[in-house]
Amino acid sequence: MADVLSLDPLVVGVILAMTVVTVLTKVGGIWLVRRVELSERLQAGLDVLPGAIVIAVLGPELAAGGPAEWGAAALVVAVMWRTESILLALLTGVVGVVSLRALL
Amino acid sequence: MATDSESDAVAPRDSSAATGGGGGPERDDAPDADAVRFDREGVRAGFLTGIPVAIGVGGYGIAFGVLASQAGLSVAEAALMSATVLAGASQIIAVELWAHPIPVATIVATTFAVNLRYSLMGAALQPWFRRLSPAQIYGSLVMMADENWALTMRDLQSGSGRGAFLLGSGIALWLCWVGATILGVFAGETIGDPGRYGLDFVLAAVFVALAVDLWEGRSTLAPWLVALGVSVVTANVLPGRWYILLGGLAAAALEVVRRDG
Repeated sequence: MADVLSLDPLVVGVILAMTVVTVLTKVGGIWLVRRVELSERLQAGLDVLPGAIVIAVLGPELAAGGPAEWGAAALVVAVMWRTESILLALLTGVVGVVSLRALL
Repeated sequence: MATDSESDAVAPRDSSAATGGGGGPERDDAPDADAVRFDREGVRAGFLTGIPVAIGVGGYGIAFGVLASQAGLSVAEAALMSATVLAGASQIIAVELWAHPIPVATIVATTFAVNLRYSLMGAALQPWFRRLSPAQIYGSLVMMADENWALTMRDLQSGSGRGAFLLGSGIALWLCWVGATILGVFAGETIGDPGRYGLDFVLAAVFVALAVDLWEGRSTLAPWLVALGVSVVTANVLPGRWYILLGGLAAAALEVVRRDG
């Protein structure tokens, strides 16, 4: 490790550019919907977004995995369903995936 | 569609929110923007609820730090990226694209594309954020990441009215994310493959848990199947993370179309 505190000006510039475009994406959506009156239909569409986005993140990730990941995901569902504790579900998932990868 | 009758039962949502209580029996989560407060208690609740998830995200942060060190970033550079960008997937993809000379345009454009989903996530918060001031809204949104957005949706849908929850959970996440990044860069040479400790599964596990939480019964099934199908197909066709955006939009479009039948 050369110098832990080194800050290359070009690298800092790239990071700041990444920051600017990321902030634009984070605030852009609500900025837009605050300026248009939402119909009931659009509101219904927005209501399903949270779950749909979660599924859209998960789908390809699990599809790319194997039996170990699928089994661990099933464990997370079971623990979350019964306990509603994210931490417990998370721990089960991580321990589960490590064990299943060793077993399968 | 089989779920029409059920979704019709909750159709008359009160868009003005002035009278509140627009929800049916299975829907006590009708957004009532007037009841949403932005206060210290909300920040505190968000922070405390966010800690367990933030610790999990810390595992992901260590993975990012390891990748950043392998890409040749210094501790200061990796920490600066985590502190200002605060968007895990795009950061990991960025350091994977890292090369000499740095492909600046590719990295910035990819970051934008990967993070476009945040526009949808932010828009989904609008029903509760309507009465908050622009400073409160945009200040909170800068601290938004996948995990604390999902926690916040859960909290607001339960009718807590805690408008500052996103900010509080974002602070917990930010602290763990930046701290774990620094640890990860230092550990970079010794830890080897983060998959060995299951750290690569943390994000998936968080999202599976959240999906269980966001499940609202059979009316949820059709939009979720559409999101699943579209995302899996587009992930195989398009590069980057466009599939998240397209899957979410397809499900929302279905809901807009099938409302009113």
